[in-house]
Amino acid sequence: MSTSATRFQVEAADGGRQVLSIAGDWTVWTITLVEERLRSARIRPDAILDVSALGRIDTSGAYLIDRAFGALEGIDDPITISGEHPSIERLLAQVRQASPAAPPDPPPTPGFVALVSRAGRGAVDAWREFLGLLSFIGETTATLVRLFLSPRRIRWRSVVAVMEEVGLDALPILCFLSFFIGLVIAFIGANLLAMFNASVFTVELVSIAMLREFGVVLAAILLAGRTDSAFTAQIGAMKMRQEIDAMRTIGLDPMEALVAPRLIALLVITPLLAFAATLSGIAGGIMAAWTSMDISPQMFISRFQEVVPARHFWVGMIKAPVFAIVVAIVGCRQGLLVESDVVSLGRRTTSAVVQAIFLVIALDAMFAVFYYMLDV
Amino acid sequence: MTTVAPVRSGQNLSSQGGDVVVRVRHLVNRFGSKTVHNDLDLDVMRGEVLGVIGGSGTGKSVLLRSIVGLHSPNAGAIEVFGQNISVLPRAERLKVERSWGVMFQDGALFSTLTVRENVMAPLREHTRLPAQLMRELADLKIRLAGLELEAAARKPSDLSGGMRKRAALARSLALDPELLFLDEPTAGLDPIAAGKFDELLRSLSSVLGLTVFLVTHDLDTLAATCDRVAVLSDGKVLAIGRLDEVRRNPHPWIQEYFSGPRGRAAAR
Repeated sequence: MSTSATRFQVEAADGGRQVLSIAGDWTVWTITLVEERLRSARIRPDAILDVSALGRIDTSGAYLIDRAFGALEGIDDPITISGEHPSIERLLAQVRQASPAAPPDPPPTPGFVALVSRAGRGAVDAWREFLGLLSFIGETTATLVRLFLSPRRIRWRSVVAVMEEVGLDALPILCFLSFFIGLVIAFIGANLLAMFNASVFTVELVSIAMLREFGVVLAAILLAGRTDSAFTAQIGAMKMRQEIDAMRTIGLDPMEALVAPRLIALLVITPLLAFAATLSGIAGGIMAAWTSMDISPQMFISRFQEVVPARHFWVGMIKAPVFAIVVAIVGCRQGLLVESDVVSLGRRTTSAVVQAIFLVIALDAMFAVFYYMLDV
Repeated sequence: MTTVAPVRSGQNLSSQGGDVVVRVRHLVNRFGSKTVHNDLDLDVMRGEVLGVIGGSGTGKSVLLRSIVGLHSPNAGAIEVFGQNISVLPRAERLKVERSWGVMFQDGALFSTLTVRENVMAPLREHTRLPAQLMRELADLKIRLAGLELEAAARKPSDLSGGMRKRAALARSLALDPELLFLDEPTAGLDPIAAGKFDELLRSLSSVLGLTVFLVTHDLDTLAATCDRVAVLSDGKVLAIGRLDEVRRNPHPWIQEYFSGPRGRAAAR
């Protein structure tokens, strides 16, 4: 059939009835050419449709014609057709059957009202999130107590697997980061302390900073970013594929099977990671002191032993299990909150990482205030 | 001279070579040591509804994916509308892709978009229609696929399985394609919905002259909609022809397939 230009023509025939003659191809690719003119052409519902010059037509073209005959206004008279075409009649019938009412546009909300309502919703969401976290902490604690009362139920196999994944595999990157942080602290201190002729205090600066704060905080932040996203994505994907529902129906408690092993693994592994981070941070400090301040490693270490009391180690290390709990609980909780769509998986993974990092830093600040008041 | 035309029951079909819409020749697909397709040949004629059946793991879906270019076969040639799409330049390839619609087994709707936006996505991408008309056309396709308009503003995750199937069909129909690939369209639908789906498919294919490549396990769909049936087995097309011809094929798998209790029920 010819692929002549898409066009139409309205004329009055004898008897006063309109004739709408359509020609060329009326498909989704071509109807843009006539859409606007046809809409404003005011076809009367009793007009005759002349299809003798019509080329190919698809449902989009048929819809356009049907609309011109007033289908949207609820007019439901059959269209009188003149001329021969293999499919127009059936197409029009098909389209008429499925013709939708014009969808109303949702009324736009004024900007200010929308802003206030969003802010309000955000505040309520934050409060609910906090309550949810509290109740999840409670649930996890109950599960842990139950597990320690009957330790046979602890899934050691998954505990060890998680340990390897979040502990051993994270070790290189953590040591690398920590080494350079130690190096940087030493350099900052060296410049500053050299002004008072006290370069040797660099040893205290680096050691105390790493022992009390940076070792454990770095480890926790790395866990929050690296491990929490993994926890949320793993558990979330299981949730999406209804694996969690399946577990529940066979009587496996997801808290016991998924959350508890991760929490136990993190409780064991976080202090170790924090310790490794502290060591390599101090190694970074030694490196900086050696290369730019003529403090030899032996000297650094012997001064370290003399002047840095062991309590600094415990002050830092005691934070590790707390951070471990925060990271594990936030990650697992967000994973279990994933719904059946992809968007929520992405959103939950983001909030897991954001919440975990926020909580780690906030708790660290609270620890600092607490220690200051206790004078340790 | 009379050549034996491939058997069809559709209207206004001819058996000329030019009317082969999809031509698969010597297709080989391997996954590791497992050979899924071994020198497979298949033709899909213009205007026909071809049902592809076969046991689980005989490569029905892989065949579909190979034809639409989602999987590159280990060997063999695939032509769609006479063009080998794996070697076409981008622009030409796009032209072919615009004239087919694919409906995946699980719907594969974009989960961030509403149903209406899903159906509008191909229109937005490929046409320059005004936004209002696009919405209207999307709604038309949604209704055509048998969904109520209430579903149009909802996200795919809020729909039931059957509704998702219909939404997916609506999206595959968005550009009024000539060639439609359907992967198990009636799996998981209740018999009434599946029956309506068959009816819809039949009427669409006859009104629009659609060519349909239909992967299915549903014997009722097969009987109600297909002009021809192709049976995949052992990496090849074991039999192809009208349903009653294929049914008479003595191959044990085919006999078991059609003569089992379910096969007999569908034949009535």
